Amino acid sequence: MARGILGKKLGMTQVFDDTGNAVPVTVVQAGPCVVVQVKTPERDGYEAVQIGLEPARRANRPRRGHFARAGVEPLRYLREFRFEGAAQLEPGQSITVELFEPGDQVDVTGISKGKGFAGGVKRHGFGRGPMTHGSKYHRGPGSLQSRDAARVFKGRKLPGRMGGARVTVQNLEVVRVDPERHLLLIRGAVPGPRGALLQVRAAKKVRRTAKR
Amino acid sequence: MDLIRLVEAEQTKEIPEFGPGDSVRVHFKVVEGGRERVQVFDGAVIDRKGGGLSETFTVRKISYGVGVERTFPLHSPRIERIEVVRRGDVRRAKLYYLRKLTGKAARIKEKRP
Repeated sequence: MARGILGKKLGMTQVFDDTGNAVPVTVVQAGPCVVVQVKTPERDGYEAVQIGLEPARRANRPRRGHFARAGVEPLRYLREFRFEGAAQLEPGQSITVELFEPGDQVDVTGISKGKGFAGGVKRHGFGRGPMTHGSKYHRGPGSLQSRDAARVFKGRKLPGRMGGARVTVQNLEVVRVDPERHLLLIRGAVPGPRGALLQVRAAKKVRRTAKR
Repeated sequence: MDLIRLVEAEQTKEIPEFGPGDSVRVHFKVVEGGRERVQVFDGAVIDRKGGGLSETFTVRKISYGVGVERTFPLHSPRIERIEVVRRGDVRRAKLYYLRKLTGKAARIKEKRP
């Protein structure tokens, strides 16, 4: 059985649970995905499945060949999932949201929203100086240490590009599964803008007791 | 976006038409020491906010001389029923100015049918 699926973030809303509490959820359109390639320890040195999502509008010859080998139509997105038992899957097999059940814990990976060139306050959570009362120190990075060193050490947290990076949020709860519309409702926020590609997989570190 | 609407549609409820200025009675289920009972909150609607399944409304009343406001999720399954008692004639969508007024000044004119 597969342990992960590809999907697209549709956006956030809230739903009510059995007790009538509002639960914030992200709606993800996930699958149906197709297994395109199976990697085995014997041939590839590790065990994984490559799965695809969404028909490709066009594909170049190397890609077409890759999909023809699996006997499936070319797909737009391809991602690999490593887990034990992956070698048992067959190319052409389909993966749907029924993989998950409400209450399951999942890890969601995506590309976070780009924040551009961000200062230390936003990027690293630096404290801010007083904005008034004659202060001229507002949102600067502060001391860069050194003095004796007479140089700045590598890894110093400074302003720079923020976001647009691969981010994984762990242990989110699946609130609802809609097999008809291929939807997953996942509690809380996930990385990326609406329409972003997401990898949803069974949680790596499962909590011993579920939160609720 | 449309799919989100669909997800929300599953839980949206039939709700009587009402807006700011109207007086309503909200029959709200509360769980008290393992027992469930219905509590009635009676007052004037002073705002409606948000959209879709996340829409909320605020009801204000004066209880023993103290202003009390409660915000309910419009589609909450804990709301058993909303009764519209009176239609108010107001010119604003948010009636926050009522918070500063008391007594006669805080009255809302009734809408002429």
